[in-house]
Amino acid sequence: MIHSLFLINASGDIFLEKHWKSVVSRSVCDYFFEAQERATEPENVPPVIPTPHHYLISVLRHHIYFVAVIQSEVPPLFVIEFLHRVVDTFQDYFGVCTEAAIKDNVVVVYELLEEMLDNGFPLATESNILKELIKPPTILRTMVNTITGSTNVGEQLPTGQLSVVPWRRTGVKYTNNEAYFDVVEEIDAIIDKSGSTITAEIQGVIDACVKLTGMPDLTLSFMNPRLLDDVSFHPCVRFKRWEAERILSFIPPDGNFRLLSYHVSSQNLVAIPVYVKHNITFREGSSQGRFDLTLGPKQTMGKAVESVLVSSQLPRGVLNANLNPSQGTYTFDPVTKLLTWDVGKINPQKLPSLKGTMSLQAGASKPDENPTINIQFKIQQMAISGLKVNRLDMYGEKYKPFKGIKYMTKAGKFQVRT
Amino acid sequence: MSASSAFNDEKGGSSSVGEPEYGHDPASGGIFSSDYKRHDDLKEMLDSNKDSLKLEAMKRIVAMIARGKNASDLFPAVVKNVACKNIEVKKLVYVYLVRYAEEQQDLALLSISTFQRGLKDPNQLIRASALRVLSSIRVTIIVPIMMLAIKEAASDMSPYVRKTAAHAIPKLYSLDPEQKDQLIEVIEKLLADKTTLVAGSVVMAFEEVCPERIDLIHKNYRKLCNLLIDVEEWGQVVIINMLTRYARTQFLNPNINESLLEEGGSGDKTFYGSDEDEDEDEEEKEKKAEAAAMAKRKPYVMDPDHRLLLRNTKPLLQSRNAAVVMAVAQLYFHLAPKAEVGVIAKALVRLLRSHSEVQYVVLQNVATMSIKRRGMFEPYLKSFYIRSTDPTQIKVLKLEVLTNLANETNISTILREFQTYIKSMDKDFVAATIQAIGRCATNISEVRDTCLNGLVQLLSNRDELVVAESVVVIKKLLQMQPEKHSDIIKHMAKLTDNIQVPMARASILWLIGEYCEHVPKIAPDVLRKMAKSFTNEEDIVKLQIINLAAKLYLTNSKQTKLLTQYVLNLAKYDQNYDIRDRARFIRQLIVPTEKSGALSKYAKKLFLALKPAPVLESPFKDRDHFQLGSLSHLLNAKAGGYQELPDWPEAAPDPSVRNVEVKESVFTLLERVTTLTSVPEWTKCSSREKRKEKKVEKPFYTDSEGESGPTESADSESDSASGSESSSGSEESGSGSESEESKEASESEEEEEEEEEEQKKKKKKDLKKPVQESESEQSSEEEERKHQRKSKPRKSESESESDEDEESESESSQSESEDSESEAEVKKKKKTAESKPPPKPLKKESKKEKKEMSLLDLDDFEPAPSPQVTPVNTFLSNSLVTDLEGLSLSDSVLSPATIAPSSALKSYELLHRITGEGLSVEYCFSRQPFSPDANMVAVQMQFTNSASSDTKNLHIEDVKLQSGMRVKEFPEIELLPAGETATAVMGIDFCDSTQAANFQLCTHTRKFFVSIQPPVGELMRPVFLTENEFKKEQGQLMGMNEITEKLTLDVKCRNEHAIVQRVTTAANLSRVPCGSDKECSPPVPPPDYPVHRFAGRTVTSGSLVLVTVATKEEGAAQLTVNCEKMVIGTMLVKDILQALTQ
Repeated sequence: MIHSLFLINASGDIFLEKHWKSVVSRSVCDYFFEAQERATEPENVPPVIPTPHHYLISVLRHHIYFVAVIQSEVPPLFVIEFLHRVVDTFQDYFGVCTEAAIKDNVVVVYELLEEMLDNGFPLATESNILKELIKPPTILRTMVNTITGSTNVGEQLPTGQLSVVPWRRTGVKYTNNEAYFDVVEEIDAIIDKSGSTITAEIQGVIDACVKLTGMPDLTLSFMNPRLLDDVSFHPCVRFKRWEAERILSFIPPDGNFRLLSYHVSSQNLVAIPVYVKHNITFREGSSQGRFDLTLGPKQTMGKAVESVLVSSQLPRGVLNANLNPSQGTYTFDPVTKLLTWDVGKINPQKLPSLKGTMSLQAGASKPDENPTINIQFKIQQMAISGLKVNRLDMYGEKYKPFKGIKYMTKAGKFQVRT
Repeated sequence: MSASSAFNDEKGGSSSVGEPEYGHDPASGGIFSSDYKRHDDLKEMLDSNKDSLKLEAMKRIVAMIARGKNASDLFPAVVKNVACKNIEVKKLVYVYLVRYAEEQQDLALLSISTFQRGLKDPNQLIRASALRVLSSIRVTIIVPIMMLAIKEAASDMSPYVRKTAAHAIPKLYSLDPEQKDQLIEVIEKLLADKTTLVAGSVVMAFEEVCPERIDLIHKNYRKLCNLLIDVEEWGQVVIINMLTRYARTQFLNPNINESLLEEGGSGDKTFYGSDEDEDEDEEEKEKKAEAAAMAKRKPYVMDPDHRLLLRNTKPLLQSRNAAVVMAVAQLYFHLAPKAEVGVIAKALVRLLRSHSEVQYVVLQNVATMSIKRRGMFEPYLKSFYIRSTDPTQIKVLKLEVLTNLANETNISTILREFQTYIKSMDKDFVAATIQAIGRCATNISEVRDTCLNGLVQLLSNRDELVVAESVVVIKKLLQMQPEKHSDIIKHMAKLTDNIQVPMARASILWLIGEYCEHVPKIAPDVLRKMAKSFTNEEDIVKLQIINLAAKLYLTNSKQTKLLTQYVLNLAKYDQNYDIRDRARFIRQLIVPTEKSGALSKYAKKLFLALKPAPVLESPFKDRDHFQLGSLSHLLNAKAGGYQELPDWPEAAPDPSVRNVEVKESVFTLLERVTTLTSVPEWTKCSSREKRKEKKVEKPFYTDSEGESGPTESADSESDSASGSESSSGSEESGSGSESEESKEASESEEEEEEEEEEQKKKKKKDLKKPVQESESEQSSEEEERKHQRKSKPRKSESESESDEDEESESESSQSESEDSESEAEVKKKKKTAESKPPPKPLKKESKKEKKEMSLLDLDDFEPAPSPQVTPVNTFLSNSLVTDLEGLSLSDSVLSPATIAPSSALKSYELLHRITGEGLSVEYCFSRQPFSPDANMVAVQMQFTNSASSDTKNLHIEDVKLQSGMRVKEFPEIELLPAGETATAVMGIDFCDSTQAANFQLCTHTRKFFVSIQPPVGELMRPVFLTENEFKKEQGQLMGMNEITEKLTLDVKCRNEHAIVQRVTTAANLSRVPCGSDKECSPPVPPPDYPVHRFAGRTVTSGSLVLVTVATKEEGAAQLTVNCEKMVIGTMLVKDILQALTQ
């Protein structure tokens, strides 16, 4: 399976290598660098690169390439999924997954990788088990360790690996027992030039932060479970119960985890919470272009649209933009031609607009493409699909937990074509 | 590839700010690090007594290893610490050891005794860890020790140690392949292991060591299938991939009949299988016809084990792990009957939301699948639309999928999308789009001209790449039918004045030369112009000018002789030797002199040979001979270690090899008990825990094994187990009953795996059997029959059972009564069990749901993959809709639905007397439940033979359906004498959509293409609800699921009777009795203006459809439709509105 792993930073340095079988020379990465050179954008490096003796499967996260070396047939998604799991684990442990964080914690990283794979086959990938084996570094613990010489490695043995609920640590204790659930829905949409919706979908997740003592068993039920069209679960969810009763029943992992991700049945019309009026024109022969953009709320069910951020990749011919926002700030990067406008909150009485001119390269002909506008926004306290959690019950433990549910709607890949 | 500055300093940490391993180190102040022998300090630290110093040293060493620095000279110092008490030091020493043992074999042996001691430790985790490190040390001398350790560990009490043993097997195999035979023995032993912990690892070992020994799987097949859902995710992937291969060798092709029919019909032939393999096809067809004949003789029956695999993998489509989802998807693609493959589409589309690398792999596989099974992904067309932020490689793959999905109905939408893409800034992507347009144009003849025109317009694009690509694609398109497009060639000839891109110019010149007969006047003129500008042209253009000249000289020497001479003369003195050579060669060839050899006679043949038209086909064609989801498939080349996916066997191998004699498993008992005690009683119902618990209670897998095996004893054993359980459940009553019920259901579901199959067969035979039974009921019936002693069956059961005996006379009312029955039951239960967690309405609903689900399961029909009603149209703007007129279904559907209010059943014409040559067919929706399958709408057809001769063998063929839809054909009508009429009933599952079912109506002489399109009102069946229930349900279907419309009632229909009649005519609903109007909640209309309520459920998915007509003064009224299926709701509103206002 996975032979070796190389971590490569944005400038092309291999800053960590780990081998699970015999050592593969780091020169194998030359093939990767070749491919990287060929690709114009960092994300265009093909995820699978064949070399004469090995295959390189890579993922790009946080500007770091995680390159796995494999020697024989293995499902590529298996490797990709595992690499992403590695990144998630790092993020979980160090808060961020950057080159600096990995270098700072190189020993912990090595210990983690050692536990996650045995002979190239995944062994322990559940974050709760890993945390039992190797404690995540904190500032306090690092200090104490340097002084006392105690270790990051857990004294206990990984009993979690033996249990039937491998995702949960045993012997969890909290003074405040809390369970929070965030229902976050993202709208993916492509809006036509004329403002009509070409495609719109709602993808949602329920992220949970559960800090409960002992072995609680939770059930979560929805007011309208039929809305959920296609769901994928954390392994803790009892699938049969869902199939039969549309109730989520599970023994939760300890801490943060993603309980569920779902797709809202595409037969339901998707409410589009914002609209864009745009007028972006370039005139033939003139070195000026007009830029005019107005945002407005639409179908928001009375909730405010917040954290609005508009970005657009302007055509290469645009030299500079001289714009005037009615609210918020805008930036234009003349090198990447990326225009971003941080709008903030949309006030329905006074719609935010961004107007002005763009200067074009003198003499160049007018760009034949119009830029796409990407919009990000957030709407608090609302799930756009109308999904509602009915109730959350806990069994198996005696205490009364504190329960909280938060709804939020965000823009996913929300694009407006102009 | 130079390492960063912080990392290439060999001299130590003097200059290293960013290097943590030095930063933490109290001893690295500068005394040692400046020392030239840089490892001395480390050695000293390792030799010290303090654990903290040792740890620090080890951390620095590990950091060196991580950076790829050589630390091998520290080996003796490190290996000494292998027995260190400090756990972290020990672990880091292990890391070091595994890394360098191969280089320092002799020294590594020093550590072996420590591990050997560890192997005997009472703690299972220490045993496991010792085995893990021992097996990771790649030293050949210790092979015998490893072998021994593995063998011992394979029979360890602890499953965790056994898992580690399984992991060790491939390690030893790669170290010494000669141990294979012994290792296979261990694998065989471990394969028989019954814990989920071991299963994944041992299959992994199997795949690495002996993937060809498929015979080892037989005995464990059923166990693996059953364990699968509880295996950890990585193991699932490996097991599923292995089982795919296994199934291919052991079971028959479930699609054998269908694929043959399809071939025979040949109407639905894929685009790609066109011209070039026609001859092959003929042979194939013959062969297939033979096979078809054979298949007809022996109808296909799926092996229950095959079914078991499909059923047990399906829930894994819901996994969060993309690799698992992909593994199941490929399993279904390779193994499932065609009708069931559709379920994977939704899950695969879901993966498209994931990281771009995942998208990349998934799209590659979708591209391959979409060639074979286009219908599967068609409903998800929009999910493949391209965003400007996608990476180019993703864009290109999505484009590929869109092109594969293009057909006559959606091509206009797709082309519209393509038009947007062409304007993209990403020029590689634009080029790919142009190629995609070219492919669409070749595949779909309707749009060929449109595409060509569009491409011609692109010729004036400023971007070189775009123009070049367009010219190349146009060239290919024109090559297919040049005679039709001489005007385009003319147009392109004109373009030579403007286009400067050399590649494009060259392509145009080639085209003109190739088809100079089609443009006899223009060609010489173009040559004249080119001759003028010859010296200023690029080399490739010059070459094409010479070619053009040569071709013209051969066809039209009178006009062009001089020009050709001139061009050749110019070329003779060109700077480029290729051009000079070409000119010389051509002159010799075409201008006959006495010196020129025999070749010149053939000049015309050489130059004007008919060139084959290039084939524009998907690069993903035929990639599915690689197992999908595999690396080899992705690379389209066989990767090392790839196991070929075998072809289906001709005849099924003996299925009895999978039978296992039952053994009581003690191990599982011991292991499972640990955490189970903490699982509370009430979770028993159908959960993972429950499954496991069952395993404790009962001998392992006796359920399936016992059933299939002939052993009588096993059967009785499992029976008694479940029997006692259920009887205790009924005694318990109250809170227990609910969980007990579902438990029983799921239990018996497993237990009756085989029986289910039987039942299906039985069902086929006995069509009269009531159809509304749910599986839970049915299976419990089964149980009942077995345990006669169970005296008091639950009410609903007895109900359905008696139904069974009663034949189908009361079929129409059955669903109603049963529904209310179950509801009453729920209520009763609710009273007794107030403390139960889920609130009442939910429970009720879920119960119903459960029924439906299990009903589906019973029939082995997957819930239809999103039966969308022309998904294309739902979101489209008005302008787009008008653009795409003719595609839109919703409009056309509504017309037949305007039912004359009086007529009870409206009949529609299927085949007119004249087109049918005397045979006329009318059909109506009889609104009777279709007994063979409750999910189907019954369509009653009346055949009238008004011709003078008899019609024979009336039957249906070549059914073409949207994905998910199904048809149950009416039995063949053997003879329909002249002047007679006959009726037949067929069932169609429309999947709750108004898509038409297309099929051929065949007589002994002719075939007629016909289609049945249901009005939306026929897609439901009435259900009985009380007013309160109605209101409660309505309350749950608010918001977007509610559609309200104001209307003015028709003058003739202002009384209650008329309204009820018109609504029930428009839609198959039943009326909700009203009477308690006055006592219900405040916003009641005044009693003079009654409210009429109607309820129904959609036939396929069973979603509630609630209709309310609230009348007001002056004939005003308000119509409300609540339905979860919004499309159905919207259409229904229109229909009823029309019915009430006309």
